Amino acid sequence: MLYREAGQFKTSYAADQAVFPILQDRLALALVLVVAFFAVPLLSTDYLLTSILIPFLILSLAAIGLNILVGYCGQISLGTGGLMAVGAYAAYNFAIRVPGLDLLVCFVLAGLTAAAVGMFFGVPSLRIKGFYLAVATLAAQFFLDWSFSRIRWFTNYTPSGSLAAPPLEILGFRITTPSGRYLLTLAIVVVMAALAKNLTRGRIGRSWMAIRDMDIAAEIIGIRPLQAKLSAFAVSSFFVGVAGALWAFVHLGSWEPAAFDINRSFSLLFMVIIGGLGSILGCFLGAGFILVVPLVLNQLPTAFGIPLSTAMISNLENMIFGSLIIFFLITEPRGLARLWAIAKEKLRLWPFPH
Amino acid sequence: MGFFFEVAIGGLLAGVLYSLVALGFVLIFKASGVFNFAQGAMVLFAALSLVRLAEIMPFALALMLACAIMVGLAFAVERLILRPLVNQEGIILFMATIGLSFFLDGFGQAIWGSDIYILDFGVPKDPIFILESLFEGGILVNEFDIFAAVVAGVLVLVLATFFQKTRIGRALRAVADDHQAAQSIGIPLNQIWIIVWAVAGFVALVAGMVWGSKLGVQFSIALVALKALPVLILGGFTSVPGAIIGGLIIGTGEKLSEVFIGPLVGGGIESWFAYVVALLFLLVRPQGLFGERIIERV
Repeated sequence: MLYREAGQFKTSYAADQAVFPILQDRLALALVLVVAFFAVPLLSTDYLLTSILIPFLILSLAAIGLNILVGYCGQISLGTGGLMAVGAYAAYNFAIRVPGLDLLVCFVLAGLTAAAVGMFFGVPSLRIKGFYLAVATLAAQFFLDWSFSRIRWFTNYTPSGSLAAPPLEILGFRITTPSGRYLLTLAIVVVMAALAKNLTRGRIGRSWMAIRDMDIAAEIIGIRPLQAKLSAFAVSSFFVGVAGALWAFVHLGSWEPAAFDINRSFSLLFMVIIGGLGSILGCFLGAGFILVVPLVLNQLPTAFGIPLSTAMISNLENMIFGSLIIFFLITEPRGLARLWAIAKEKLRLWPFPH
Repeated sequence: MGFFFEVAIGGLLAGVLYSLVALGFVLIFKASGVFNFAQGAMVLFAALSLVRLAEIMPFALALMLACAIMVGLAFAVERLILRPLVNQEGIILFMATIGLSFFLDGFGQAIWGSDIYILDFGVPKDPIFILESLFEGGILVNEFDIFAAVVAGVLVLVLATFFQKTRIGRALRAVADDHQAAQSIGIPLNQIWIIVWAVAGFVALVAGMVWGSKLGVQFSIALVALKALPVLILGGFTSVPGAIIGGLIIGTGEKLSEVFIGPLVGGGIESWFAYVVALLFLLVRPQGLFGERIIERV
């Protein structure tokens, strides 16, 4: 009975439709946010911030974007890496070509650019679906990969093809410390996650889910597939684009096209599947999971005194990810988020079984 | 003109290799409706198994053993992936095969090593000139590519006979047509899946042998197999002739565009040309050249 809802009455529609209708959830979220905003920057080391928490937050954001497309709208995409690259290169070009533009504005513009590109590559989804669409999004991935490495204008004619992000300056503040970068990322991710959560609960989100569950039936009840699918592509790409810009500017600092290759697309897809299709919380869980597995793999064998070569570790990583995907699809197609929901159910009744 | 044909023929022969990989996809999709993303990983796995086994035993024995490994893989896939996921949506099965492809990539390289291995069965790789009477200087082709084309042709003939003339082939076609109907007249679905995946494994082995002896057996083979995807789109997911013709079109188009359009836009367009062609084609004809028409009713 740790998770008791008895006695929490709702007396208004607003209370009934709240994102977190249960007190415990609201408290837990508030606690998580307080810890994330205040305790974490003070207590954690620079290593933890720069190599785990910042990538975790950014990848979660990208996973939210992909989840909107795959989990909510049912349009499978293998081109997420390419769209992250669009965000990164767009932010770079806005930042260096438009003097005096605030970086936050650059990030938003980068997101919008990615949304436009995403919609363009989403057009085929109106005629094709399922596997055909998956292959079509690979076209986006390969084409974007190629254009960022070959079209020199995007990289501002740098000879090496690798780019260095301009210094992080937001609203006149220069951000240099890891905790500053962490807070910036966290703020953006929290705002956008709340946005995503609300979008998916509303009319647009409902129409996405209707298209996902049965597109023809959705069309018959008056949902326009054109609007629903393209808006899913646009919103999804916006999130992915902002994540790409953050990945390049805040996490990497300097990057090459290879930072956004097809493996990035796959790992994001894995995050979404493992975390839970159609769940915002799942994106965070999935991203955390995918990030932690390689770290554990790197640490565990040495801790047990079995040093493995890096090639072996990456092979093991592939094997473990592959089996995990299959395992999750078989046992719990709705991923870690579903496990969390089950745990909550259990806690409601604890310590009694019924 | 001679140069144009030279490029085109080179493309055609490269396309044959794409077709070989695409063939494996088509087989599985036809018989089980599973879009097998792992076909590329299977090609790599088969080739790696063959080349490493051939190091310690006679080639014929290694070939047989590699075949056995692919059959074993088919059993494992049916048992561990397809059976628990039966009746799930196609997209779930597709994602499961992405998982399988990651697993096989890691597994293959973990047990067989991840260096570049040379696979050589004595086919000369010298360029030769043909049709010297017709064009000035003749047309340059690679002997090995012709050999690959012959192998692909033979494989298609064997598969066509297998599908059309044998009892199992008929059962496979019945399953492809309608799972439930096939099951209700007593065709065991599980066995059919094993057979299909085993045949796809065998095709992967042949593709791996040909690719492997051309490029060396290494990880890039699994990536080359990604080229088979646009081939499939062009030809249609359910058509064996579509896989062949799609492969030829993609192969030729790719080489011609690289040589004649590539220099205008900075080169390297081989990496996406096939995909973009396939994408544009999808907009016009979503089911591919030879695919079955998709009819949806409520």
